[in-house]
Amino acid sequence: MRKSLTVLALCLSTIGLSAPAQAQLSGTLQKIKEAGAITVGHRESSVPFSYLDANQKPIGYAMDLCAKVIDAVKSELKMPNLEVKYQAVTSQNRIPLMQNGTIDMECGSTTNSIARQQQVGFSVAYFITSVRMGVRKDSGVKDIGDLNGKPVVTTTGTTSDALIKQNEKGKAIDVKNLYGKDHADSFLMVESSRAAAFVMDDILIAGLIANSKTPDAFAIVGPSLRDEPYGVMLRKDDAPFKALIDKTLTGLMKSGEAEKLYTKWFMNPIPPRNVNLNFPMSPVLKAAFATPTDKGVE
Amino acid sequence: MNYHWDWQFFFQEADDGLKYYEWIVSGLGWTTAVSLASLVVALLLGSVLGVMRTTPSRWLVAIGDTYVDVFRNIPLIIQLFLWFFVVPELVPNSIGIWMKQDLPYIVTAVVGLGLYTAARIAEQVKSGINALPRGQRFAGLALGFTEWQTYRHVRLPMAYRIVLPALTSEAMNIFKNSAVTYAVGILELYFQYKQIIEKTSQVLEITIVVTLAYFTLAFLMNRLLAFVEKRTRVPGLIAGTGGK
Amino acid sequence: MGDFDFGIIADNWRFLAEGLRYTVQVTITAMIGGIVLGTILALMRLSSIKPLQWFAAGYVNFFRSVPLVQVILAVYLILPLLLQFVTGKMIPIGAENSAYFTFTIFEAAYYSEIMRSGIQSVPRGQVGAGYALGFTYGQTMRLVVLPQAFRNMLPVLLTQTIVLFQDVSLVYAIGATDFFGAADKITQRDLRPVEMYTTVAVVYFVICFALSRLVKRLQARIAIIR
Repeated sequence: MRKSLTVLALCLSTIGLSAPAQAQLSGTLQKIKEAGAITVGHRESSVPFSYLDANQKPIGYAMDLCAKVIDAVKSELKMPNLEVKYQAVTSQNRIPLMQNGTIDMECGSTTNSIARQQQVGFSVAYFITSVRMGVRKDSGVKDIGDLNGKPVVTTTGTTSDALIKQNEKGKAIDVKNLYGKDHADSFLMVESSRAAAFVMDDILIAGLIANSKTPDAFAIVGPSLRDEPYGVMLRKDDAPFKALIDKTLTGLMKSGEAEKLYTKWFMNPIPPRNVNLNFPMSPVLKAAFATPTDKGVE
Repeated sequence: MNYHWDWQFFFQEADDGLKYYEWIVSGLGWTTAVSLASLVVALLLGSVLGVMRTTPSRWLVAIGDTYVDVFRNIPLIIQLFLWFFVVPELVPNSIGIWMKQDLPYIVTAVVGLGLYTAARIAEQVKSGINALPRGQRFAGLALGFTEWQTYRHVRLPMAYRIVLPALTSEAMNIFKNSAVTYAVGILELYFQYKQIIEKTSQVLEITIVVTLAYFTLAFLMNRLLAFVEKRTRVPGLIAGTGGK
Repeated sequence: MGDFDFGIIADNWRFLAEGLRYTVQVTITAMIGGIVLGTILALMRLSSIKPLQWFAAGYVNFFRSVPLVQVILAVYLILPLLLQFVTGKMIPIGAENSAYFTFTIFEAAYYSEIMRSGIQSVPRGQVGAGYALGFTYGQTMRLVVLPQAFRNMLPVLLTQTIVLFQDVSLVYAIGATDFFGAADKITQRDLRPVEMYTTVAVVYFVICFALSRLVKRLQARIAIIR
């Protein structure tokens, strides 16, 4: 029953008919309509995508983009007073929480990978990151090779976790793997000299460094292990909701609004400490804005 | 329920080349290692503290009592965090760096869990010694034993046998409490549980398997100690037969 | 590191207080719910109906054999699946609400063991006396046995509640903002583990130490009355 509704909604949206409200609702949109509320999964230390400000409220580039999506949901469902709930998630629990219905969409720093697409859906990419290493300058680590025999931290459940394991094999170096609960936890290990390097998306490391007590003490080094697209995560096979999110995000990218938001979060001072990440838009991201895609890596 | 059951995934290869069931086996190994090592620490330290609290020395009693008060009134996870994050920052820098970079994490975990459990064991040992008739101490002293010898040869052998059922339940608790050491970097069973959930999202299967694994550990520990209890039972005492 | 910064605690005390309030709320909810549910389980365990005995024994042994931190995570992830199975709808619960439920059902197992020994400590003759007065089973339990069991076990029930109060810190595992969770979130943001974790440890110690002293005094008073 549910499936046939999905298929119907899919057909309608592909031939360009806007679905006459209620009857065709399915999946997440139907759930939101019935509950009168939408639950947004957010991160706590994915600076500047989705993190907590001085008052412990979730803010960031991804949160701003998602606010636009929520506006679109409100007008789609004709529910201007739709309640918006927030639920903090971690790298480990975000996918199960999406599947069990605790969150309706996740706005953070989640890599869209083929492996994850078996379990959840992704919107078009709103950011492209490179996986690199964050180190203390006084540690002397400059490249992957320098890590031999050293403790290296990564955040549990992230794709970097798999990357370092593969790289470890390929380069035949032996590192001691440590795991942080969240990105800040991992960074704390580098900051306190517990780990020699933090292998993670460069922008997240940059955000953590900028917010640290002594930003000058850290550096991002080494080659890019891989480029990874970030997308809004949603439930698998939920075509109507995905269409709505994609339409909203694509619209923002085409209109130049997405770039404005990018400037706001990446090129200007941001809360809570008013630091400026000075992280200009990469050519890959410009290309992704010009031709939005939801292709996953690997 | 549109849940997709899949028991096969345990035999699939994860991205580190091991199969998921091997993650569980390795987690079980770490859980057992941390638990048993902590148990040894807790038994030794807990016995010393328990004895201290029954001596005539006011100072020894005060030290023992303070220890128990401190370690029983702070949650385990916070104690572990203190050992892991706070202590290395308070000691001289060179020692701090050594603690953070060279000291294996299992040592921190065992110290944390062991010292936490020692407070509980000290309570049991103390009540075991206090449960003995005073006459046993006097009899020992009358035989020319020193205070220490009355503990060594008379009171402790009895006290342990009396509190063995309570120690059994502490020994089982330590296996459960060892799950918290995931927070200080031990790749034990609960850590692997979280990892496998993230990688596969097969929440129900993995919950069933890991729960059964914890059951088995608790059961084995229980049987082992029941055996010890049977072998060391004091004839003629009601307390010696307790605990089933 | 001689730069212990008390300012960070002053700046964030409101958030920490919110966390502490949540910890207290979970403790009180789980204490009341756990004692009620635990008493029912204890009565089942002591009843003469075999299936009820088995159920209660199974329940208690189950929750006493698994690590609390695993139960917290498992319930958080599985409860919505079960609700969906029953109602056919996805019902978001959230980490905070999930913890109320988990602690209530988990602590019930421990409270039930305490209530069981409390009920067993009431002389058998009192049950007979209740029946002789024409009371039903329910009346005998409610009016004669349970009040005494409860009073006799009050110190133990409260001691268990102090343990529960400490155990709430494990909601860290699902990212709920309890007292410890709040401190951890501030640590994640400001990278000041020494100040935050030390503060939480001291506050926990002061509260739990004071409560356990109170319980001790209560215990002495109850002992005298008896």
